[in-house]
Amino acid sequence: MKRWLVALWLVLAGFHAIADSAAAANTTPAPAATNATPTLSSTKPLEHIHFLIPGGAGGGWDRTARGVGQALTQSGLVRRATFENMSGGGGARGIAHTIEVNEPNLLLVNSTPIVVRALQRVFPQSFRDLTPIASVIGDYSVITVRAQSPFGTLAQLLSAQQAKPRKVAFAGGSVPGGTDHIVAAMVVKAAGSDPRSTKYIPYDAGGKAMAGLLSGEVQALSSGYGEVIDLARQGWVRILCIAAAERLAHEPNTPTCDEAGARGAVFVNWRGFFASPGLTAERAQAYRAVLAAMYHQPAWHEVRERNGWVDIYHPGEQFVAMLEEQEASIGTLMQALDLL
Amino acid sequence: MWEGILAGLGTAVSLQALLFLCAGCLAGTFIGMLPGLGPMTAIALMIPIASTLEPAVGIIMMAAVYYGAIFGGSTSSILINAPGVASTVATSFDGFPLARSGQAGKALAIAALASFTGGLISAGCLLLAAPLLATLSLSFQSSDYFALMVLGLVSVAAFAGSGAMLKALLMTVLGLMLATVGTDPGQGIPRFTLGQVDLIDGISFLLLVMATFALAEALLAILRPADDSLRQQEQQAMQRLGSIAISAQEARQMTPVVGRSSLLGFFIGLLPGAGATIASFLAYGSEQRIAPKTQRDSFGKGSIRGLAAPEAANNAAATGSFVPLLTLGIPGSGTTAILLGALIAYGVQPGPLLYIDAPEIFWAVIVSMWLGNVVLLVLNLPLIPYIAKVLAVPSRYLLPLILFFSVTGVYLVSFNPFDIQLMVLFAAVAVLFRLLDFPMAPLILGFILGGMIEENLSRALLIYDGSWSFLWQRPLTMGILTVAAAVALGPSAVTLYKRLMGR
Repeated sequence: MKRWLVALWLVLAGFHAIADSAAAANTTPAPAATNATPTLSSTKPLEHIHFLIPGGAGGGWDRTARGVGQALTQSGLVRRATFENMSGGGGARGIAHTIEVNEPNLLLVNSTPIVVRALQRVFPQSFRDLTPIASVIGDYSVITVRAQSPFGTLAQLLSAQQAKPRKVAFAGGSVPGGTDHIVAAMVVKAAGSDPRSTKYIPYDAGGKAMAGLLSGEVQALSSGYGEVIDLARQGWVRILCIAAAERLAHEPNTPTCDEAGARGAVFVNWRGFFASPGLTAERAQAYRAVLAAMYHQPAWHEVRERNGWVDIYHPGEQFVAMLEEQEASIGTLMQALDLL
Repeated sequence: MWEGILAGLGTAVSLQALLFLCAGCLAGTFIGMLPGLGPMTAIALMIPIASTLEPAVGIIMMAAVYYGAIFGGSTSSILINAPGVASTVATSFDGFPLARSGQAGKALAIAALASFTGGLISAGCLLLAAPLLATLSLSFQSSDYFALMVLGLVSVAAFAGSGAMLKALLMTVLGLMLATVGTDPGQGIPRFTLGQVDLIDGISFLLLVMATFALAEALLAILRPADDSLRQQEQQAMQRLGSIAISAQEARQMTPVVGRSSLLGFFIGLLPGAGATIASFLAYGSEQRIAPKTQRDSFGKGSIRGLAAPEAANNAAATGSFVPLLTLGIPGSGTTAILLGALIAYGVQPGPLLYIDAPEIFWAVIVSMWLGNVVLLVLNLPLIPYIAKVLAVPSRYLLPLILFFSVTGVYLVSFNPFDIQLMVLFAAVAVLFRLLDFPMAPLILGFILGGMIEENLSRALLIYDGSWSFLWQRPLTMGILTVAAAVALGPSAVTLYKRLMGR
């Protein structure tokens, strides 16, 4: 009898150990003060940020929140960062929770889908129900074909699409009406065709969409730049255009979509942070200050390099302007696509 | 190439690497054993530790955690009928009956040996032909995946036995129906969500399997307290619970099964859209079909072949999935996606040039798979008698523990209390079904494969503009579907032929 109680205790103790290590993995402790970079004496360090991640572990939101949290604590800008995953409703539960608890220490990570899903009414709330803090990173959309493709330029791809729209399929790693579909339709529309003629084939993840492109079942891929860069370097795929306003510094030979024949097609998939609606202006400014200071920290450079991210810092008003602009352009496009 | 392998071996057998290899195996096994926590969680938990190590050692440790967690997952399938990951569902079909008949130790040993061999054989294939196989892994299109999933469904759905055929089919259909809840993969529109925000992402596999297998099993045990004669039998069975002795005859039975299943598993694992789950179902289904007539009926009741086949196949497929991961940077599953992230964090760029650019890393990864499998076997075989004794824990302690771990396991993945309510609801319905003798395995099968069948079919239809012509235009699709039709209709055709011949 006693033996079993001991065994039971051991099992429970073991579980506690796991739970503790999980909790430890969830908390990045602040390092000793000596690690902090002294140049930032002007930025007052924050005591605690609780990152709310509206999706599961390992996804894009998760990596963004944990990466930013790590860089902030390691550089001494924030003393303590904690993380909480709250999936459900494709992110809707996290937004609802942020509004409900109204907790000043809470930062919600989100990205372009908050605009798209609010337009589709999948989310009952929009960014206007929260306090937008800043966008921190982003990934430009790109149009890619495989190396053996007959289409050498975007113009060739688009003229083939105009002649026979059913023969040019665009793959993407998100559902119809999601960002990859919107970008493909945006490029088609910019070239003067009906965006509804875009043949979009959805896959459940970016990696599978890439496998689909390489298997030859689709003609082009609409995805983020970060997802294609390695295979492009190794000559498996060819990037036809980047949906940025200007050519990227480290990619001088790849044209922007605007130059390549899709006039005005610019799309960045940003990731950023929102706080609860009742946040004071001071506290919001304090968040923006530590995020701005983070970009000069070696700890951030390491995190950014490791993940292949591009800095896209738009604080406060600028962030709201970007959100409104994106909402307007996606809204028009989705209406043209009969998605709204 | 040989210098590369030797260099990889050099890193892998350093004292530090071996230490972390053992630590990773143990940690992985333990985490994987907890129902609900699978390889994905295990690896995610270990990343902070592994990232402080040098790349080769860190990668070796991650591989050890990965294999350890897969083995640990089989343990919970076998002992308490709680497959924490889809790829060990087939393991529970025969593993749990074996354990219940008092042969838990033997079942665990068979599972360990089969996965060990599966891992070893496919790591060997990987070593010989990884760069060449990359092209093969890209030859499958959506319509071919559709055909492959249909083959998987047909080959296992039929095993339910002639008597309960109708019930098995009904449960398969129910599984297919549950798979349609959530966001439509082709249109991106929520369906059958009853206006619930929490159902937009669909029903999670883990929730369904924990509710219908682990929770229902525990609840049934409470509802049906064993009478005295049964309890005496159980007491007797407990005596040999820990024995891992496998007779020479059993070993002879197992060997060809493991060999075939390993090769099958490896090739299915190469395909980024298929993976370990399909591999385990296909191996189970095909072994049941080619087993000698006398042994066919024991499938689902504690067959050694039925346990060895999916175990060898799922481990072989897990290794096979490293081919698209390492050579193309394409992850086929959530777990390999996390591994990819960890590799990139070490500055390793997976791609066709990896074994030229960074041979020491490439070969270290492959050598570490071999070592991971060997260490796993060496560490776990002596532990099996103790692990198996879990079943000897009196049910008044064991059952609450199972309930506790299944519920927390599901909650710890989503952190959504709605999931717990849904889980209790499913468990109650499952208990009802099981009291009426409806089998649960076809439900899970329909659920897992249903989602993948629908996704690939709707994609193929989109690509072909709504025409079904891919069924005959793609030779690969047509070939696989022909095999599926033969598997489904074969037995009845043979009966019909015999009847026509007047016998």
